[in-house]
Amino acid sequence: MELVKKIEMNVKKNVSLGVSPQDAKLSKTYLLVSFIALLLGGVLGLLQGLNRAGLLQLPPWLNYYQVLTAHGVLLVLVLTAFFTIGYFYAALSHTLGGLLPKVRKMAWIGFFMKTAGLVMAVVPILKNDASVLYTFYPPMAASPLFYIGLVFIVLGVWMCAFGSFLSVAHWRKQHKGEHIPILAFFATGVFVLLFFGSIPVAVEVFIIIPWAFGWIDTINVMLSRTLFWAFGHTLVNIWYLTAVSAWYVTVPKIIGGKRFSDTLTRVVIILLVIMNIPGGFHHQIVDPGISEEIKYMHVFMSLAISFPSLMTAYAMFAVFERTGREKGGRGLFGWLKKLPWGDVRFLAPMIAMIAFIIGGAGGIAQTTNQLNQVVHNTMWVVGHFHITVGTSVILTFFGISYWLVPLVSKRTLTQNMNRLGIIQTIIWTVGMIFMAISMHWIGLLGSPRRTSYTTYGDHATALSWDPYLFLIAIGGTLLFIGVLLQVYIVLNLMFWAPKGETEFPIADSDPKDGKTPYWTEKWGRWIVIMLLLVAMGYVIPIVDFIMNAPPGSPPFRTW
Amino acid sequence: MKLSRGEEVWLIASFGMILIFMFITGYQTFALGMGPPSHQETIDPQQVDETAPFDNPGVKKIADNEYEVVMTLQLFNFTPAEIEVPAGSTVHFILTSKDVTHGFQVADTNINAMVMPGYIQKITQTFDEPGNYLVLCNEYCGAGHQAMSTTIKVTE
Repeated sequence: MELVKKIEMNVKKNVSLGVSPQDAKLSKTYLLVSFIALLLGGVLGLLQGLNRAGLLQLPPWLNYYQVLTAHGVLLVLVLTAFFTIGYFYAALSHTLGGLLPKVRKMAWIGFFMKTAGLVMAVVPILKNDASVLYTFYPPMAASPLFYIGLVFIVLGVWMCAFGSFLSVAHWRKQHKGEHIPILAFFATGVFVLLFFGSIPVAVEVFIIIPWAFGWIDTINVMLSRTLFWAFGHTLVNIWYLTAVSAWYVTVPKIIGGKRFSDTLTRVVIILLVIMNIPGGFHHQIVDPGISEEIKYMHVFMSLAISFPSLMTAYAMFAVFERTGREKGGRGLFGWLKKLPWGDVRFLAPMIAMIAFIIGGAGGIAQTTNQLNQVVHNTMWVVGHFHITVGTSVILTFFGISYWLVPLVSKRTLTQNMNRLGIIQTIIWTVGMIFMAISMHWIGLLGSPRRTSYTTYGDHATALSWDPYLFLIAIGGTLLFIGVLLQVYIVLNLMFWAPKGETEFPIADSDPKDGKTPYWTEKWGRWIVIMLLLVAMGYVIPIVDFIMNAPPGSPPFRTW
Repeated sequence: MKLSRGEEVWLIASFGMILIFMFITGYQTFALGMGPPSHQETIDPQQVDETAPFDNPGVKKIADNEYEVVMTLQLFNFTPAEIEVPAGSTVHFILTSKDVTHGFQVADTNINAMVMPGYIQKITQTFDEPGNYLVLCNEYCGAGHQAMSTTIKVTE
């Protein structure tokens, strides 16, 4: 009797190892907000693409830069942050045996703080009081409400970061000497970066707020800009690391294979975490006030991040080849045919990975001094992040959504939705090919980013860009159709798809790989090394900006 | 943890590629003087008009085939607006902003620099080909950003 009870308890415990209903609701809410942001951001993206090509005149009450600010905030901040948190909280719940009640509460508080912050930031954008773009470089000054909203968003993200640390710490206490499950390890990396990476922007915003209110007269422009980029580039790499977690852990399961070496996976995560924050400096390669020596050091710090990504490239194709061969694929490329191309849960992240080969190569090129000078602030950069964030990250997020949304909604992915998903993936890919290639090319020709349609007084050079801008508009239109399809699919999987159980796809590690050394678990050590690298990258320039600062700048409203 | 032979080769090649990038970048920056614009002088952004050399912006011939252009950037134009030099001239631009952050880019050349309030930026270019070069602001600076442009005439 006692034994039966014990077995029953165990069964119950195993079931709760799946996402519990309360945890599912949390993730589902986060995912819903993220796809609403996709819809709104997509509409704004279409408006911009058409305006930039000279095909659409915006009404007088809607300013191009207002649209651009909202597009950036919604897609690169809201869609990504809410998706990442929804996904990793589901993963923490699943792999650590359910969230602790206090952690769940923290995630909800975080949710409401971020939502409140978002509303505070969006209201001035809608009123055209914050058309400063998502980089909000001082001395352009938005309404103080915009910055206060940003503070709440950051605090909300921190709540979720602390919640994840608490979950992992609790699990480790009960599983002494064990490795934390791989997705929880990824989550730890992502939240460590989110926390430390957003400290600089929090400091920046705290300097800006009293200045925007007029309590202090002037601001240190270079310091603000540098603090922003310490955060800005880290942020996009966080979304990338989130996508990478799916490549290493869930995609191998979907294709019926095993994970790549557990040790190397963890090493890649550790490297991406410790080297990331100083990478943001390459946004300032053509800035004044920074010596060539410091810039050269930062070229190395940026290029170094490509190393773990190159490790990832090898790992992914090794997994694909091994799995394809186990399924009977022969010859040099025969294994490719054995991969499940008709399964959107594979197809979308696969295209995302291929896109990263191009995006990564472009990134390596533009991070070096002289090549950066050729493309800095041109449309090339816009092409770059539409292929990295807009394709590598977002197509992976879409790929995740085909199983994660039904999983947290207790529904299943139907054949029809799978087929629609494949069509969506193809439309997205073709749209991005049009858009990203034209953007890269037109950037090399000199067309600037963040500029509404202009011919610069019918200058011949500017007129020669027009055909490419038209291609960008075609790409943008296809992507908008892609957005509509994706939002429809997500809503279907969330509310209308047939009821059922969906599996959380986590591939097993290969037993042949041997035991993972325990030093990988020493997060305290990794954080110290990370902070040392941050200090190496930033102490000299920041001290210099403060000690040798020119007189500051008053606020400007220039729109 | 054991690496396969293929992976070892791949990682060594990756690391080698990064080193080659570093070597070429370093050589061009420090040996050939092709580093990015990094001038470190500061200025009071609210006193630009009163501070030399920006109290007298314009084009000045400093030697044979060598010119100096002292330029201010402000919402939403460049001063001086008219620049004309003969082909083969080397032009030294000395730039600052009177208000917000601007960008100084000349299409069809490698001129590309951030021009920030409080800082003096310098960049040099030799114009070999005659033509009418488009100068534009490539950092969003406000409602008229898309109109912020001028031209450099390089004559035969």
